[in-house]
Amino acid sequence: MCLAIPGKIIEIDKNKEHAAVDYGDGTKRKVNVTLVEVKVGGYVLVHAGFAIEVLNEKEAQETLDLFREMLSSEEGT
Amino acid sequence: MFSLKDRKLAQDIVSKIKKSDVKLKFMHVCGTHQDTLVKHGLDVLLRNCGIEIGQGPGCPVCVTTPMEIEEMLLLARKGKTVTSFGDMINVPGETQSLRSMKEEGCDVRTVYGIEDAVDIAKNNKDLDVVFMAVGFETTAPTTASVLLRDPPSNFSILCCHRTIPEALRAIIKMGEIKINGLIEPGHVSTIIGTKPYEFLSKDYHVPQVITGFEPIDLLMGAWMLVQQIEKDEASVENEYTRVVHENGNIKAKQVIKKVFKPMDIKWRGFPVIPKSGLTLRDDFEKYDARKKYEIELEELKDKELMEPEGCKCGELLRGLASPFECPLFGQACTPETPVGPCMVSIEGCCNIEYRYSEK
Repeated sequence: MCLAIPGKIIEIDKNKEHAAVDYGDGTKRKVNVTLVEVKVGGYVLVHAGFAIEVLNEKEAQETLDLFREMLSSEEGT
Repeated sequence: MFSLKDRKLAQDIVSKIKKSDVKLKFMHVCGTHQDTLVKHGLDVLLRNCGIEIGQGPGCPVCVTTPMEIEEMLLLARKGKTVTSFGDMINVPGETQSLRSMKEEGCDVRTVYGIEDAVDIAKNNKDLDVVFMAVGFETTAPTTASVLLRDPPSNFSILCCHRTIPEALRAIIKMGEIKINGLIEPGHVSTIIGTKPYEFLSKDYHVPQVITGFEPIDLLMGAWMLVQQIEKDEASVENEYTRVVHENGNIKAKQVIKKVFKPMDIKWRGFPVIPKSGLTLRDDFEKYDARKKYEIELEELKDKELMEPEGCKCGELLRGLASPFECPLFGQACTPETPVGPCMVSIEGCCNIEYRYSEK
Protein backbone atom coordinates (compact mmCIF):
# COMPACT_ATOMS: atom_id res chain seq x y z
CA MET A 1 0.00 0.00 0.00
CA CYS A 2 2.71 2.45 0.92
CA LEU A 3 4.81 1.13 -1.91
CA ALA A 4 6.06 4.03 -4.02
CA ILE A 5 8.01 3.73 -7.24
CA PRO A 6 10.38 6.29 -8.78
CA GLY A 7 9.75 7.42 -12.34
CA LYS A 8 10.74 10.12 -14.80
CA ILE A 9 8.37 12.86 -15.98
CA ILE A 10 8.11 12.61 -19.77
CA GLU A 11 5.30 15.03 -20.53
CA ILE A 12 2.99 17.25 -18.51
CA ASP A 13 -0.66 17.76 -19.52
CA LYS A 14 -1.88 21.24 -20.44
CA ASN A 15 -3.95 21.51 -17.26
CA LYS A 16 -0.84 20.54 -15.23
CA GLU A 17 -2.84 17.98 -13.24
CA HIS A 18 -1.37 14.88 -14.85
CA ALA A 19 1.91 13.81 -16.37
CA ALA A 20 3.20 10.82 -18.29
CA VAL A 21 5.74 9.01 -16.13
CA ASP A 22 8.30 6.50 -17.38
CA TYR A 23 9.27 3.87 -14.79
CA GLY A 24 12.42 2.94 -16.67
CA ASP A 25 11.35 -0.63 -17.45
CA GLY A 26 9.32 0.30 -20.50
CA THR A 27 6.21 1.01 -18.43
CA LYS A 28 4.61 4.42 -18.85
CA ARG A 29 1.60 5.66 -16.90
CA LYS A 30 -0.53 8.74 -16.40
CA VAL A 31 0.15 10.13 -12.94
CA ASN A 32 -1.58 12.88 -10.95
CA VAL A 33 1.03 15.54 -10.13
CA THR A 34 -1.07 18.04 -8.17
CA LEU A 35 0.69 17.28 -4.86
CA VAL A 36 4.15 18.20 -6.15
CA GLU A 37 5.97 20.76 -8.31
CA VAL A 38 7.27 18.93 -11.36
CA LYS A 39 9.12 19.61 -14.56
CA VAL A 40 9.78 17.47 -17.61
CA GLY A 41 12.89 15.34 -17.10
CA GLY A 42 12.55 15.40 -13.31
CA TYR A 43 12.01 12.32 -11.15
CA VAL A 44 9.07 11.66 -8.85
CA LEU A 45 8.02 9.01 -6.37
CA VAL A 46 4.62 7.57 -7.37
CA HIS A 47 2.07 6.00 -5.03
CA ALA A 48 -1.42 4.84 -6.08
CA GLY A 49 -1.35 6.97 -9.22
CA PHE A 50 -0.12 10.14 -7.51
CA ALA A 51 3.35 11.66 -7.41
CA ILE A 52 3.97 12.14 -3.67
CA GLU A 53 7.47 13.64 -3.76
CA VAL A 54 10.07 14.97 -6.16
CA LEU A 55 13.35 13.07 -6.13
CA ASN A 56 16.64 14.84 -6.19
CA GLU A 57 19.18 12.69 -8.01
CA LYS A 58 22.12 14.56 -6.50
CA GLU A 59 20.79 14.00 -2.98
CA ALA A 60 20.29 10.32 -3.77
CA GLN A 61 23.85 9.97 -5.00
CA GLU A 62 25.18 11.72 -1.92
CA THR A 63 23.38 9.32 0.42
CA LEU A 64 26.12 6.70 0.39
CA ASP A 65 28.81 9.32 1.03
CA LEU A 66 26.75 10.58 3.94
CA PHE A 67 26.48 7.06 5.39
CA ARG A 68 30.24 6.51 5.05
CA GLU A 69 30.85 9.79 6.80
CA MET A 70 28.48 8.87 9.63
CA LEU A 71 30.20 5.52 10.14
CA SER A 72 33.69 7.02 10.19
CA SER A 73 32.75 9.91 12.48
CA GLU A 74 31.40 7.39 14.96
CA GLU A 75 34.81 5.70 14.92
CA GLY A 76 36.46 8.94 15.96
CA THR A 77 34.25 9.46 19.02
CA MET B 1 18.04 4.90 -11.05
CA PHE B 2 18.27 5.55 -7.32
CA SER B 3 19.57 2.22 -6.21
CA LEU B 4 21.98 2.20 -3.31
CA LYS B 5 24.41 -0.65 -3.65
CA ASP B 6 27.62 -0.87 -1.70
CA ARG B 7 28.45 -4.28 -0.28
CA LYS B 8 31.50 -3.04 1.62
CA LEU B 9 29.45 -0.34 3.33
CA ALA B 10 26.77 -2.89 4.25
CA GLN B 11 29.44 -5.15 5.76
CA ASP B 12 30.87 -2.22 7.72
CA ILE B 13 27.46 -1.41 9.18
CA VAL B 14 26.86 -5.03 10.17
CA SER B 15 30.27 -5.41 11.81
CA LYS B 16 29.67 -2.22 13.80
CA ILE B 17 26.31 -3.49 15.03
CA LYS B 18 27.92 -6.83 15.93
CA LYS B 19 30.65 -5.05 17.90
CA SER B 20 27.98 -3.29 19.96
CA ASP B 21 26.96 -6.67 21.43
CA VAL B 22 23.31 -5.79 21.94
CA LYS B 23 20.08 -7.65 22.59
CA LEU B 24 17.29 -5.46 21.26
CA LYS B 25 13.79 -5.56 19.85
CA PHE B 26 12.85 -3.11 17.11
CA MET B 27 9.49 -2.61 15.43
CA HIS B 28 8.70 -1.23 12.00
CA VAL B 29 5.27 -0.55 10.56
CA CYS B 30 5.61 -1.01 6.83
CA GLY B 31 5.07 -3.96 4.51
CA THR B 32 7.75 -2.66 2.17
CA HIS B 33 10.28 -2.69 5.03
CA GLN B 34 9.26 -6.25 5.87
CA ASP B 35 9.63 -7.22 2.21
CA THR B 36 13.20 -5.85 2.07
CA LEU B 37 14.11 -7.49 5.39
CA VAL B 38 12.87 -10.95 4.40
CA LYS B 39 13.80 -10.83 0.70
CA HIS B 40 17.44 -10.02 1.47
CA GLY B 41 17.70 -12.12 4.63
CA LEU B 42 18.35 -9.02 6.74
CA ASP B 43 15.96 -10.23 9.44
CA VAL B 44 18.21 -13.27 10.00
CA LEU B 45 21.41 -11.24 9.64
CA LEU B 46 20.25 -8.76 12.29
CA ARG B 47 18.98 -11.52 14.57
CA ASN B 48 22.52 -12.90 14.52
CA CYS B 49 23.66 -9.45 15.66
CA GLY B 50 21.24 -9.49 18.60
CA ILE B 51 18.44 -7.47 16.97
CA GLU B 52 14.92 -8.77 16.41
CA ILE B 53 12.95 -6.63 13.96
CA GLY B 54 9.24 -7.30 13.65
CA GLN B 55 6.37 -5.77 11.73
CA GLY B 56 3.68 -4.11 13.81
CA PRO B 57 0.37 -2.81 12.43
CA GLY B 58 2.02 -1.61 9.22
CA CYS B 59 -0.24 -3.02 6.55
CA PRO B 60 -3.38 -1.02 5.74
CA VAL B 61 -5.29 -3.99 4.34
CA CYS B 62 -4.37 -6.12 7.39
CA VAL B 63 -5.55 -3.58 9.99
CA THR B 64 -8.90 -3.06 8.26
CA THR B 65 -11.50 -4.50 10.64
CA PRO B 66 -13.92 -7.35 9.98
CA MET B 67 -16.75 -4.76 10.18
CA GLU B 68 -15.23 -2.63 7.40
CA ILE B 69 -14.85 -5.77 5.27
CA GLU B 70 -18.51 -6.67 5.86
CA GLU B 71 -19.61 -3.12 4.95
CA MET B 72 -17.75 -3.41 1.66
CA LEU B 73 -19.24 -6.85 0.95
CA LEU B 74 -22.76 -5.75 1.84
CA LEU B 75 -22.57 -2.75 -0.51
CA ALA B 76 -21.50 -5.09 -3.32
CA ARG B 77 -24.37 -7.44 -2.43
CA LYS B 78 -26.80 -4.51 -2.54
CA GLY B 79 -25.86 -3.74 -6.13
CA LYS B 80 -23.24 -1.05 -5.71
CA THR B 81 -20.12 -1.08 -7.87
CA VAL B 82 -17.37 -1.68 -5.32
CA THR B 83 -13.89 -0.61 -6.36
CA SER B 84 -10.76 -1.38 -4.40
CA PHE B 85 -7.03 -1.90 -4.55
CA GLY B 86 -6.12 -5.40 -5.68
CA ASP B 87 -5.33 -6.85 -2.25
CA MET B 88 -8.71 -6.06 -0.71
CA ILE B 89 -10.58 -8.26 -3.14
CA ASN B 90 -9.22 -11.45 -1.54
CA VAL B 91 -9.68 -10.53 2.13
CA PRO B 92 -12.10 -13.05 3.59
CA GLY B 93 -15.17 -11.73 5.36
CA GLU B 94 -17.42 -13.79 7.60
CA THR B 95 -18.60 -16.01 4.75
CA GLN B 96 -17.36 -14.42 1.52
CA SER B 97 -14.73 -12.23 -0.09
CA LEU B 98 -15.17 -9.62 -2.82
CA ARG B 99 -13.65 -12.13 -5.21
CA SER B 100 -16.24 -14.81 -4.46
CA MET B 101 -19.00 -12.19 -4.78
CA LYS B 102 -17.60 -11.06 -8.12
CA GLU B 103 -17.69 -14.67 -9.28
CA GLU B 104 -21.36 -14.72 -8.30
CA GLY B 105 -22.02 -11.70 -10.49
CA CYS B 106 -21.61 -8.72 -8.13
CA ASP B 107 -19.95 -5.65 -9.65
CA VAL B 108 -16.49 -5.62 -8.06
CA ARG B 109 -13.62 -3.89 -9.80
CA THR B 110 -9.94 -3.64 -8.97
CA VAL B 111 -8.37 -0.24 -9.48
CA TYR B 112 -4.82 1.08 -9.41
CA GLY B 113 -5.84 4.24 -7.57
CA ILE B 114 -8.86 6.35 -6.67
CA GLU B 115 -8.81 8.27 -9.98
CA ASP B 116 -9.61 5.04 -11.84
CA ALA B 117 -12.66 4.60 -9.59
CA VAL B 118 -13.82 8.16 -10.33
CA ASP B 119 -13.43 7.50 -14.07
CA ILE B 120 -15.71 4.46 -13.73
CA ALA B 121 -18.31 6.71 -12.05
CA LYS B 122 -17.94 9.43 -14.71
CA ASN B 123 -18.34 6.96 -17.56
CA ASN B 124 -21.24 5.05 -16.00
CA LYS B 125 -23.75 7.51 -14.60
CA ASP B 126 -26.23 4.69 -13.90
CA LEU B 127 -23.84 2.97 -11.46
CA ASP B 128 -23.36 3.79 -7.77
CA VAL B 129 -19.59 3.55 -7.46
CA VAL B 130 -18.02 3.09 -4.01
CA PHE B 131 -14.25 3.23 -3.52
CA MET B 132 -12.82 1.33 -0.55
CA ALA B 133 -10.44 4.02 0.74
CA VAL B 134 -7.82 2.14 2.75
CA GLY B 135 -4.32 3.34 3.46
CA PHE B 136 -2.22 5.42 5.81
CA GLU B 137 -1.02 9.00 5.41
CA THR B 138 0.68 8.06 2.11
CA THR B 139 -2.66 7.25 0.50
CA ALA B 140 -5.01 9.69 2.29
CA PRO B 141 -3.90 12.72 0.20
CA THR B 142 -4.79 10.88 -3.01
CA THR B 143 -8.36 10.43 -1.70
CA ALA B 144 -8.49 14.02 -0.47
CA SER B 145 -7.23 15.46 -3.78
CA VAL B 146 -9.94 13.66 -5.71
CA LEU B 147 -12.74 14.75 -3.36
CA LEU B 148 -11.58 18.37 -3.66
CA ARG B 149 -12.07 18.16 -7.44
CA ASP B 150 -15.80 17.62 -7.28
CA PRO B 151 -16.22 13.99 -8.38
CA PRO B 152 -19.64 12.95 -9.78
CA SER B 153 -22.56 12.43 -7.39
CA ASN B 154 -22.69 8.68 -8.13
CA PHE B 155 -19.23 8.34 -6.50
CA SER B 156 -18.57 7.83 -2.80
CA ILE B 157 -15.92 6.35 -0.53
CA LEU B 158 -15.98 3.86 2.32
CA CYS B 159 -13.39 5.66 4.39
CA CYS B 160 -10.95 3.34 6.18
CA HIS B 161 -7.91 5.65 6.30
CA ARG B 162 -5.75 5.41 9.39
CA THR B 163 -2.76 7.30 10.73
CA ILE B 164 0.43 5.82 12.15
CA PRO B 165 1.75 7.90 15.09
CA GLU B 166 -1.25 7.38 17.41
CA ALA B 167 -1.21 3.65 16.69
CA LEU B 168 2.42 3.55 17.80
CA ARG B 169 1.48 5.33 21.00
CA ALA B 170 -1.21 2.67 21.55
CA ILE B 171 1.30 -0.18 21.12
CA ILE B 172 3.73 1.40 23.56
CA LYS B 173 1.01 2.21 26.09
CA MET B 174 -0.49 -1.28 25.91
CA GLY B 175 2.89 -2.53 27.14
CA GLU B 176 2.48 -6.07 25.80
CA ILE B 177 5.82 -5.85 24.06
CA LYS B 178 9.03 -4.07 24.99
CA ILE B 179 10.17 -2.02 22.00
CA ASN B 180 13.72 -0.64 22.16
CA GLY B 181 13.44 1.32 18.93
CA LEU B 182 11.12 2.17 16.07
CA ILE B 183 11.97 2.07 12.36
CA GLU B 184 9.51 4.63 11.00
CA PRO B 185 7.91 4.22 7.57
CA GLY B 186 9.62 6.17 4.79
CA HIS B 187 6.62 6.91 2.62
CA VAL B 188 4.19 7.81 5.42
CA SER B 189 6.95 10.16 6.55
CA THR B 190 7.31 11.56 3.02
CA ILE B 191 3.87 13.07 3.63
CA ILE B 192 3.89 13.89 7.36
CA GLY B 193 7.59 14.73 7.85
CA THR B 194 9.57 14.05 11.01
CA LYS B 195 7.73 16.05 13.67
CA PRO B 196 4.56 13.97 14.25
CA TYR B 197 6.70 11.19 15.79
CA GLU B 198 8.52 13.41 18.29
CA PHE B 199 6.07 12.85 21.16
CA LEU B 200 6.96 9.14 21.17
CA SER B 201 10.60 9.90 21.96
CA LYS B 202 9.76 12.68 24.38
CA ASP B 203 6.95 10.96 26.31
CA TYR B 204 8.11 7.32 26.16
CA HIS B 205 11.88 7.64 25.57
CA VAL B 206 11.72 5.55 22.39
CA PRO B 207 14.50 6.07 19.79
CA GLN B 208 13.19 6.38 16.23
CA VAL B 209 14.72 6.42 12.76
CA ILE B 210 12.76 7.21 9.60
CA THR B 211 14.16 4.72 7.12
CA GLY B 212 14.20 4.07 3.38
CA PHE B 213 13.61 0.78 1.61
CA GLU B 214 16.93 -0.37 0.18
CA PRO B 215 18.75 -3.08 2.19
CA ILE B 216 21.43 -0.56 3.11
CA ASP B 217 18.76 1.86 4.40
CA LEU B 218 17.44 -0.73 6.84
CA LEU B 219 20.91 -1.71 8.06
CA MET B 220 21.74 1.95 8.52
CA GLY B 221 18.42 2.54 10.32
CA ALA B 222 19.17 -0.32 12.72
CA TRP B 223 22.66 1.00 13.38
CA MET B 224 21.37 4.52 14.03
CA LEU B 225 18.91 3.11 16.58
CA VAL B 226 21.74 1.17 18.26
CA GLN B 227 23.73 4.40 18.45
CA GLN B 228 20.88 6.23 20.17
CA ILE B 229 20.38 3.37 22.63
CA GLU B 230 24.08 3.19 23.49
CA LYS B 231 24.05 6.91 24.25
CA ASP B 232 20.75 6.54 26.15
CA GLU B 233 19.18 9.06 23.80
CA ALA B 234 15.72 9.07 22.27
CA SER B 235 14.93 11.25 19.29
CA VAL B 236 13.59 11.11 15.73
CA GLU B 237 16.41 10.72 13.23
CA ASN B 238 15.98 10.70 9.48
CA GLU B 239 17.97 8.15 7.50
CA TYR B 240 15.82 8.67 4.35
CA THR B 241 16.92 12.27 3.77
CA ARG B 242 16.93 11.84 0.00
CA VAL B 243 13.12 11.70 0.10
CA VAL B 244 11.79 12.72 3.54
CA HIS B 245 11.94 16.35 4.60
CA GLU B 246 11.33 17.73 8.07
CA ASN B 247 7.96 19.27 7.14
CA GLY B 248 6.91 16.46 4.81
CA ASN B 249 4.83 17.24 1.73
CA ILE B 250 3.04 20.44 2.71
CA LYS B 251 0.53 20.36 -0.16
CA ALA B 252 -0.42 16.79 0.72
CA LYS B 253 -0.83 17.66 4.40
CA GLN B 254 -3.04 20.61 3.45
CA VAL B 255 -5.41 18.53 1.33
CA ILE B 256 -5.70 15.91 4.08
CA LYS B 257 -6.59 18.63 6.58
CA LYS B 258 -9.15 20.22 4.26
CA VAL B 259 -11.04 16.98 3.66
CA PHE B 260 -10.57 14.88 6.80
CA LYS B 261 -10.62 15.24 10.55
CA PRO B 262 -9.15 12.78 13.07
CA MET B 263 -11.43 10.16 14.58
CA ASP B 264 -11.21 7.33 17.08
CA ILE B 265 -11.12 4.03 15.23
CA LYS B 266 -10.64 0.33 15.87
CA TRP B 267 -7.73 -1.47 14.16
CA ARG B 268 -7.79 -5.23 13.61
CA GLY B 269 -6.23 -6.84 16.66
CA PHE B 270 -6.50 -3.62 18.68
CA PRO B 271 -9.18 -1.88 20.67
CA VAL B 272 -10.35 1.57 19.53
CA ILE B 273 -7.25 3.80 19.18
CA PRO B 274 -8.03 7.46 19.90
CA LYS B 275 -7.51 9.85 16.97
CA SER B 276 -5.89 7.20 14.77
CA GLY B 277 -8.38 7.36 11.93
CA LEU B 278 -9.59 9.90 9.40
CA THR B 279 -13.22 10.77 8.76
CA LEU B 280 -14.70 13.15 6.19
CA ARG B 281 -15.43 16.71 7.27
CA ASP B 282 -19.06 17.87 7.01
CA ASP B 283 -18.50 19.58 3.63
CA PHE B 284 -17.64 16.22 2.09
CA GLU B 285 -20.40 14.15 3.73
CA LYS B 286 -22.10 13.61 0.38
CA TYR B 287 -19.19 11.36 -0.58
CA ASP B 288 -19.43 9.28 2.61
CA ALA B 289 -20.78 5.86 1.59
CA ARG B 290 -21.71 5.10 5.23
CA LYS B 291 -24.09 8.08 5.27
CA LYS B 292 -25.25 7.76 1.67
CA TYR B 293 -26.10 4.07 2.09
CA GLU B 294 -27.10 4.10 5.75
CA ILE B 295 -30.26 2.10 5.04
CA GLU B 296 -28.40 -0.52 3.01
CA LEU B 297 -25.84 -0.91 5.82
CA GLU B 298 -28.46 -0.95 8.61
CA GLU B 299 -28.32 -4.74 9.06
CA LEU B 300 -24.67 -4.52 10.21
CA LYS B 301 -25.56 -2.19 13.06
CA ASP B 302 -24.72 -3.80 16.42
CA LYS B 303 -23.57 -6.96 14.64
CA GLU B 304 -20.80 -8.78 16.52
CA LEU B 305 -18.06 -9.94 14.20
CA MET B 306 -15.35 -12.36 15.22
CA GLU B 307 -11.81 -12.79 13.91
CA PRO B 308 -11.47 -15.96 11.80
CA GLU B 309 -11.07 -19.01 14.04
CA GLY B 310 -7.45 -19.84 14.87
CA CYS B 311 -6.14 -16.78 12.99
CA LYS B 312 -3.27 -14.98 14.72
CA CYS B 313 -3.39 -11.79 12.60
CA GLY B 314 -4.32 -9.74 15.68
CA GLU B 315 -1.25 -10.88 17.64
CA LEU B 316 0.97 -10.49 14.58
CA LEU B 317 -0.19 -6.91 14.10
CA ARG B 318 0.59 -6.14 17.75
CA GLY B 319 4.07 -7.59 17.27
CA LEU B 320 3.48 -10.46 19.69
CA ALA B 321 3.96 -13.40 17.35
CA SER B 322 5.67 -14.37 14.10
CA PRO B 323 3.88 -16.07 11.21
CA PHE B 324 5.67 -19.33 12.07
CA GLU B 325 3.93 -19.37 15.45
CA CYS B 326 0.53 -19.50 13.78
CA PRO B 327 -0.66 -23.11 13.38
CA LEU B 328 -2.54 -22.13 10.21
CA PHE B 329 0.51 -20.62 8.45
CA GLY B 330 1.28 -22.43 5.20
CA GLN B 331 -1.21 -25.16 6.10
CA ALA B 332 -4.84 -24.06 6.22
CA CYS B 333 -3.75 -20.51 5.39
CA THR B 334 -1.90 -19.78 2.14
CA PRO B 335 -2.15 -16.91 -0.40
CA GLU B 336 -4.51 -19.11 -2.45
CA THR B 337 -6.71 -19.95 0.55
CA PRO B 338 -6.10 -17.11 3.03
CA VAL B 339 -7.75 -17.23 6.44
CA GLY B 340 -6.58 -13.82 7.63
CA PRO B 341 -5.59 -10.60 5.86
CA CYS B 342 -1.88 -10.88 6.76
CA MET B 343 -1.73 -13.78 4.26
CA VAL B 344 -3.70 -11.85 1.62
CA SER B 345 -1.89 -8.57 1.33
CA ILE B 346 1.52 -8.39 -0.32
CA GLU B 347 2.36 -6.14 2.63
CA GLY B 348 1.19 -8.67 5.20
CA CYS B 349 3.92 -10.43 7.16
CA CYS B 350 2.48 -13.91 6.49
CA ASN B 351 2.24 -13.32 2.76
CA ILE B 352 5.83 -12.02 2.68
CA GLU B 353 7.22 -14.99 4.66
CA TYR B 354 5.26 -17.43 2.54
CA ARG B 355 6.35 -15.85 -0.75
CA TYR B 356 10.06 -15.87 0.02
CA SER B 357 10.10 -19.22 1.82
CA GLU B 358 8.81 -20.79 -1.41
CA LYS B 359 11.82 -19.54 -3.37
